[in-house]
Amino acid sequence: MSAAGPAAAGTTGPGTTTPVLAVDDVHKSFGTEQVLRGVSLAVPEHTVTVLIGASGSGKSTLLRCVNLLTRIDDGTIRLDGRDISDPEVDPDEVRRQIGMVFQSFNLFPHLRVLDNITLAPRRVHGVPRDRAEAAGLALLERFGLADKAQQYPDRLSGGQQQRVAIVRSLAVAPRLMLMDEVTSALDPVLVNEVLATVRELKGEGMTMVIATHEMGFASQVADEVCFLESGRILERGEPEQVLHDPHEPATRDFLRRVHEAGRL
Amino acid sequence: MTTTGAGTPQPSAEELRRRAVRQRQARRRTLVAGASSVVVLGALAALVVTSPGWPVVQETFFDWAYGREVLPAVFEGLLLNIRLTIIATVCIAVLGLGLALARTSTAAALAPLRILATVYVDLFRGVPTLLVILLVGFGVPALGLAGVTSSVVVLGTTAVILTYSAYVAEVLRSGILSVHPSQSAAARSLGLTAGQTLRHVVLPQGIRRVVPPLLNDFVSLLKDTGLISVLGVVDAIRAAQIESSRSFNYTPYVVAALLFLVLTIPLTRVTDRFMLRSIARQNAQVGV
Repeated sequence: MSAAGPAAAGTTGPGTTTPVLAVDDVHKSFGTEQVLRGVSLAVPEHTVTVLIGASGSGKSTLLRCVNLLTRIDDGTIRLDGRDISDPEVDPDEVRRQIGMVFQSFNLFPHLRVLDNITLAPRRVHGVPRDRAEAAGLALLERFGLADKAQQYPDRLSGGQQQRVAIVRSLAVAPRLMLMDEVTSALDPVLVNEVLATVRELKGEGMTMVIATHEMGFASQVADEVCFLESGRILERGEPEQVLHDPHEPATRDFLRRVHEAGRL
Repeated sequence: MTTTGAGTPQPSAEELRRRAVRQRQARRRTLVAGASSVVVLGALAALVVTSPGWPVVQETFFDWAYGREVLPAVFEGLLLNIRLTIIATVCIAVLGLGLALARTSTAAALAPLRILATVYVDLFRGVPTLLVILLVGFGVPALGLAGVTSSVVVLGTTAVILTYSAYVAEVLRSGILSVHPSQSAAARSLGLTAGQTLRHVVLPQGIRRVVPPLLNDFVSLLKDTGLISVLGVVDAIRAAQIESSRSFNYTPYVVAALLFLVLTIPLTRVTDRFMLRSIARQNAQVGV
């Protein structure tokens, strides 16, 4: 695990520890549509920040920007104090430290489960095959998926596929995990097994940023909840406060609609 | 032990009746299909056989005794077609993949390569294969370059390779582009470089999807190696031509056609099977 180097000291002021992820005044437009309008965020080590908000509010775009899959228009993003929005930074090297899990799983359909998991350790980190497979199997074992190691992804349920996707991200020991509505494509029964996996990661102290529509889950795992609307963080705070006693009318309105949809 | 398994309930009387009806319907369908085939195909055969020119056609195209006589020579020629097809396939695979990768590349440094590949594909896809064969086969020796072969077999095969690489490059490119960007996003987010993503994630999926059209091109290639007979190469077609001009009997052409069919029909059946399987797989994926 990499730690914040001495060079990073002072970037967030004296006396504070450097957050794993610091997003500062980030802007992003697609054409004329402003998707992010000055978003700032600090995620300390071993904490979980949950992003809530309607579809199109900018949650997914923010996560893709952090992972450098989408280039920001303005602002800075720091990982362990290092500015990763600098064009001189090698994006491949940054992504090696960040795990990302997608709504649509995105497992590689032509590879067996175990090969999905060992691809990055072997090709990116140069781990020999036998060691990568042993480590992959141990991870699968831990998440109750050992019997699926030799299956192709299309033989797995959606919940199992998403859990494999989480294991695949974990296999490179990321510094930070990004989860983009990881349960939105699943039926209610399968949602729970995936959420249990995420809770387990939280218990192990994984630093995470999670975009979700599952408010019950959000209140369980979040250290901080951020409510996004139209590319801005309108309200943020402890989950108890934001989810049960929001100050902003817009937050209240959003939560009421979520509640009516039966998701709280 | 009872005869009824735990998982298979006895069908009801109503279900048994429905099964009997379905069986009757199936029998009737088979009967109708058989009868209509006999009538239509029989009528066609009768039309050909009773036509006024049939006796002459039979003599000049279907002289089986003569056919047996020329078979070894035509077969010898076909072996050349097969050899050239195998060699060409390897070269086309390499050149076609190179062109497809050049065309789908995005790196700034590869811009000239991209332009060259595009021009190449436009050129060789747009010119008739026969013309390319004539131009390469007669044009290259006319240049009189030192060290360049003047063997018509080599030049003719080169021309076929040049043309088919353009076709195959386009098929491969469409396969590469058909892989959903989310696959690349997942690979890149794991830290794989652009090259590693292409090699381990995009190409294996893209190529698999275009196996049926590639097999189609392979069948066409096998037939089109016959075009280099215009350069005087003695392949199956040229051999048949030589034999028939000796005797003013066209049976050798029919023999050559039959030999090609023996090779191509199994190949097209295999292609068909691959295509249906790949469609079934894609439909299954959509259902997830």
